[in-house]
Amino acid sequence: MRYVDEFRDPARARALLQRIHDRARRPVQLMEFCGTHTHAMFRHGIRQLLPPSITMLSGPGCPVCVTSAADLDRAIALASLPGVTLATFGDMLRVPGSRGSLQTARAAGADVRVIYSSLDALEIARREPAQTVVLLGVGFETTAPTMAAALLQAEKEGLENLRLYSLHKLTPPAMAAILRSGEVALDGILAPGHVSAIIGSSAWEFVARDFALPCTVAGFEPLDTLQGIADLVEQCEAGIAQVHNTYGRGVRAAGNPAAQALLAKVFEVSEAEWRGLGRVPASGLALCGRFRRFDATPLLEGHSLEPAEAREPAGCRCGEVLRGVLDPTRCPLFGRVCTPDQPVGPCMVSSEGSCAAHYRYGEAR
Amino acid sequence: MSDTILLAHGSGGQLSHDLVAEVFAASFTNPILARLEDSAMLADLGGGRLAFTTDSYVVRPLFFPGGDIGRLAVCGTINDLAMSGAQPRYLSAAFVIEEGLPIADLRRIARSMAEMAREAGVAIVTGDTKVVERGHGDGCFITTAGIGVIPAGVDISAANARPGDAVLVSGTVGDHGMAIMSQREGLRFEAEIASDVAPLHTLVQAMLEVCPEVHCLRDPTRGGLATTLNELATQSGVEIIVEEARIPVRPAVQSLCELLGIDPLYVANEGKLVAIVPEAAAGQVLAAMKAHPLGREAAIIGQVRSGRAGRVSLRTTLGAHRILDMMVGELLPRIC
Repeated sequence: MRYVDEFRDPARARALLQRIHDRARRPVQLMEFCGTHTHAMFRHGIRQLLPPSITMLSGPGCPVCVTSAADLDRAIALASLPGVTLATFGDMLRVPGSRGSLQTARAAGADVRVIYSSLDALEIARREPAQTVVLLGVGFETTAPTMAAALLQAEKEGLENLRLYSLHKLTPPAMAAILRSGEVALDGILAPGHVSAIIGSSAWEFVARDFALPCTVAGFEPLDTLQGIADLVEQCEAGIAQVHNTYGRGVRAAGNPAAQALLAKVFEVSEAEWRGLGRVPASGLALCGRFRRFDATPLLEGHSLEPAEAREPAGCRCGEVLRGVLDPTRCPLFGRVCTPDQPVGPCMVSSEGSCAAHYRYGEAR
Repeated sequence: MSDTILLAHGSGGQLSHDLVAEVFAASFTNPILARLEDSAMLADLGGGRLAFTTDSYVVRPLFFPGGDIGRLAVCGTINDLAMSGAQPRYLSAAFVIEEGLPIADLRRIARSMAEMAREAGVAIVTGDTKVVERGHGDGCFITTAGIGVIPAGVDISAANARPGDAVLVSGTVGDHGMAIMSQREGLRFEAEIASDVAPLHTLVQAMLEVCPEVHCLRDPTRGGLATTLNELATQSGVEIIVEEARIPVRPAVQSLCELLGIDPLYVANEGKLVAIVPEAAAGQVLAAMKAHPLGREAAIIGQVRSGRAGRVSLRTTLGAHRILDMMVGELLPRIC
């Protein structure tokens, strides 16, 4: 159980920082895709210790944040249907949709329950057979297999009252969309550790191949992250653009075949709507084959909301923050109107949102 | 008596009397309670100021590694008294019980409370029971109030921290909250995490013996160490700087926190205290804490500065500085 300290050793961190300071000669802009990286870097103060020539931009890797207002509105509509219980991870509760959040819907009488794992939703469905339990599927390739496992279990038990509202998203297409847009000049990508454990480091090959940028998979402990940044800086300085994996203890090139097989069994790749990126082809997961009967979407028939009605909170610039175009502290709402206590946009709500990281760890206060 | 709590146990009739007599009075036995009056009549409490506190306890599961709701309710109130430097003397205990709770569970809770009270030298002298319909409570809620006596010369307040003072913590942080979470999440670890729930008044006594001028004491319960430090900094109008590397965290707690994406500095404790003492006395207080069974892993974790009033800064293990904020909302495991 000494696992954590080993990857926080200050002496080794200093050595890595020295290596970064020694190698970084020209200014580089790197993007950490994942919100967990953003938070880990703030929490350990890594950004302060990097040379000023290195700029770290936060990417769209926060599943709560990238859920579109329209999708959230539909989730709220589902929760408000009579006889429906919506089971969701707590992070989603306070995210503002077009007209309120799941939290305000709950206060108005919707049956919204916070779960800690997809299996909790199964438990509710077993205990309350008269309710239709809708599992709100928010998350990337890391979370989706646990949802798939819950559906397989429901099928095995013959649970008829469980549904999934799948808003699952795939990370590489979002990265590709950002790179294709060319909105921000990037010199390298710090790829997410947990997601890559599922999809494999090879899933990022397109970054090097199609965009000629270095891409390094890194873990979330300070030494892991520093190692990833050091590798990116070295690639930049040497003029190479390859996919490297500095998180060997968690990630293999091919990823986790069992989880991938589970995903392929239950889901098919579909278009998805991302806050900030809009509709991105082949970037979401929809139920397929015999698992379609678990889909919660048909419950909304007759109640369906027009997507055109959905709107972002007034003045909220989370979309730009998610694309790395806007530094959270440059948003006029940041820290004034929008705080973790009274969030306007999702990036201030989620524990993985970059506005929350900037605010909480006080970089701008 | 039936095996489970019925609504009739809350009716005020014979069943209520039986419940009180057989479960509570039998466990909490003492001459003041034995009179079963509407009010407990307390003997002369002697000189000194009185400290008076109350708190309600809701926890799921009712029984967890290292304790149960009863032990929690007794220790929590003792600790609130102890944080003012008071010697805890008398407690009240009110129970809101959900229909259907096995009476055996209630007995187990009452016995645990009695045992804890005896160990701590306090008496549970008055109480109440109510029963709510099934589905309207989590088995059992307990509210305890407590009275204690503050010895002359002791002046402890969250507003007393002064620049230069040392900040101490009595041991590892995050044990209680992660013990509860690991039960709720069904996460099984090689090393089980046990709650640290314990009465801290004798530890406080030992500290006051070597340093009667302890400035602040607070037990970092909900919101954890970070929230308590923020309260102290705000109420005293000072800045507090702590060193991450000096804050003791059990490796099993650290690992579980990492897994769930939770910061142990925000996780609840039920048997730890934060002390702010004059710098000159810090070494002595630390030695007294380490000599006490509940303070073996005590550490000096930081310092009070004039700086910006109400701010808590953390020097990370890597040597960077950042704000250590109050907790916002509730602790939730990450999705990703």
